[in-house]
Amino acid sequence: MNPIIETRQLKKEFRVRQSKERQPQIIEAVKGIDLVVRAGEIFGFLGPNGAGKTTTLRMLATLIPPSSGQATIAGYDLAREAKQIRSCIGYVSQAGGADVTATGRENLMLQAQLHGLSRRDAEQHTNALLDVLELEALADRLVKTYSGGQRRRLDLALGMVHRPRLLFLDEPTTGLDPQSRARLWDEVRRLRADGTTIFLTTHYLEEADALADRLGIMDDGLIVAEGTPESLKQQIAGDVITFGVKSSNGTRQKLEALFCQQPYVREVHPADNQIQLYVERGEENLPALLHLLDAAGLAVQRVALTRPSLDDVFLRKTGRSLREEHA
Amino acid sequence: MFGFWRETRLMMVRNLTRWARNPAWLMVGLFQPILYLLLFAPLLDSLHMPGVDQGNTLKSFTPGLLVMLAMNAGFAGMNILDDLHDGVIERLRVTPASRLALILGIVLCEVLIALLSSLLLILAAVPMGFRADWPGIALLFGLLVLVHTMMVSASYAVALAIKDSNALAAMASAITIPLLLLSGVLLPLTLAPASIRTIAHANPFFYVVDAARALASGEFGNPDVLRAFVIVGALAVLALLWATRRFRQAVA
Repeated sequence: MNPIIETRQLKKEFRVRQSKERQPQIIEAVKGIDLVVRAGEIFGFLGPNGAGKTTTLRMLATLIPPSSGQATIAGYDLAREAKQIRSCIGYVSQAGGADVTATGRENLMLQAQLHGLSRRDAEQHTNALLDVLELEALADRLVKTYSGGQRRRLDLALGMVHRPRLLFLDEPTTGLDPQSRARLWDEVRRLRADGTTIFLTTHYLEEADALADRLGIMDDGLIVAEGTPESLKQQIAGDVITFGVKSSNGTRQKLEALFCQQPYVREVHPADNQIQLYVERGEENLPALLHLLDAAGLAVQRVALTRPSLDDVFLRKTGRSLREEHA
Repeated sequence: MFGFWRETRLMMVRNLTRWARNPAWLMVGLFQPILYLLLFAPLLDSLHMPGVDQGNTLKSFTPGLLVMLAMNAGFAGMNILDDLHDGVIERLRVTPASRLALILGIVLCEVLIALLSSLLLILAAVPMGFRADWPGIALLFGLLVLVHTMMVSASYAVALAIKDSNALAAMASAITIPLLLLSGVLLPLTLAPASIRTIAHANPFFYVVDAARALASGEFGNPDVLRAFVIVGALAVLALLWATRRFRQAVA
């Protein structure tokens, strides 16, 4: 498949002036990324807040210029052909960007017409979208009266009213209840089925797992892993066993030492009050491990056996868990 | 070109709709200048000032008030900050529409409302005894379009750069008050010492006030008129380009 986005060493630095220091500090938000997004796929950027996902998206959507590096979007050069790129893309920011003092319909009509649609086409697209997103009943109400989920559906509609080839969605479901989230996922999948390429960012593991065809895992301005959710998880051979332990006494150290000696244990990741093991054939080896613990007289609080998740991938690549942030 | 004016018109209609939805806001904007006229003009009658034709204070004061109104446009930038913070501007920036057209549409909406307010002010002055040369007043409105465009654009540019409505308000007051005092709107600068008069020559509003008074008396040939058009016309274009530049880079 053809790449619709290609970046080479794309970089963004911000100058931040701190009140006390005279010297402005340079913060590297995006530290040079090479990325390929193929036409027709849902590409997801997964990473914690502050990883540089939004900054990358805003560069690609022509909102902020890169500090260095190149990007080609829909065949156009980001530095020289921003206007042509804008004709091919839609962008939904975290804030959304709906005018709350106007009605949903007015918002959509303005956006469609500024994208160059005739009044008649704009009306037709607007009505079709209001129907699909079930916003018809609200269409002529001011946006400030919408609920969070309704508002987010309108934001999505604003990004796609001109039927772009490529749609950027920045944290599309943050703050939504599970029902609204599932609904938005359906919309995104429907768009892909119609041939739209979707580039979204998220810090939700489930969202990345459920929605993205391919993922880039981003941390601290760099892409640390890239691939389909399945292939990423397969990089972690075997299963994950998590033991809950008390961190007070020396039990943890003894457990660590014991686990490291077992041939079927591939990796040991101790954390505050738990130890995580990547184990071959977890179902078979878990009883053996429990026997060992018994024999050694070591007690654990709880035990869990799971398939590797994207969080395990993130943990493996960065040494930190994505879940810690929200805990 | 067709696309450009279409985009301008779309933005203008969008902002006019927004004004129309907020009647309180609109009323204050439209009728506040009339309040100036009603409360301030009577004071002028009992003044005896050199350089001011005694029987004609209203004739000199009304055009001045129109110019004063234009200075209030320095606060217009507050209106764009909501759009900036709600992400509306970023959303507009992702469309292929001309950036100049987008900003011009918003500016022209403000200009239109200001002209409406100026018209109401003139109409209110007539029953109070204001007599003027009407073709001159028509041309004065042409000058006011430029003056408002200059002020609104500059205010937008500053607003988009500093992104804070309190800071903008403080800055607008700090700038418009000296501009006002040094323009001769309230009191003629013939009363001022030579040093102040020299400084006043750096104030575009000084020329605007002279031109406004000349036009209200029908003095089309007065060199003040042409001078004001040239100075303010050039500044209006520069301010508009400045606002477009800030808009191009505006991030929430």
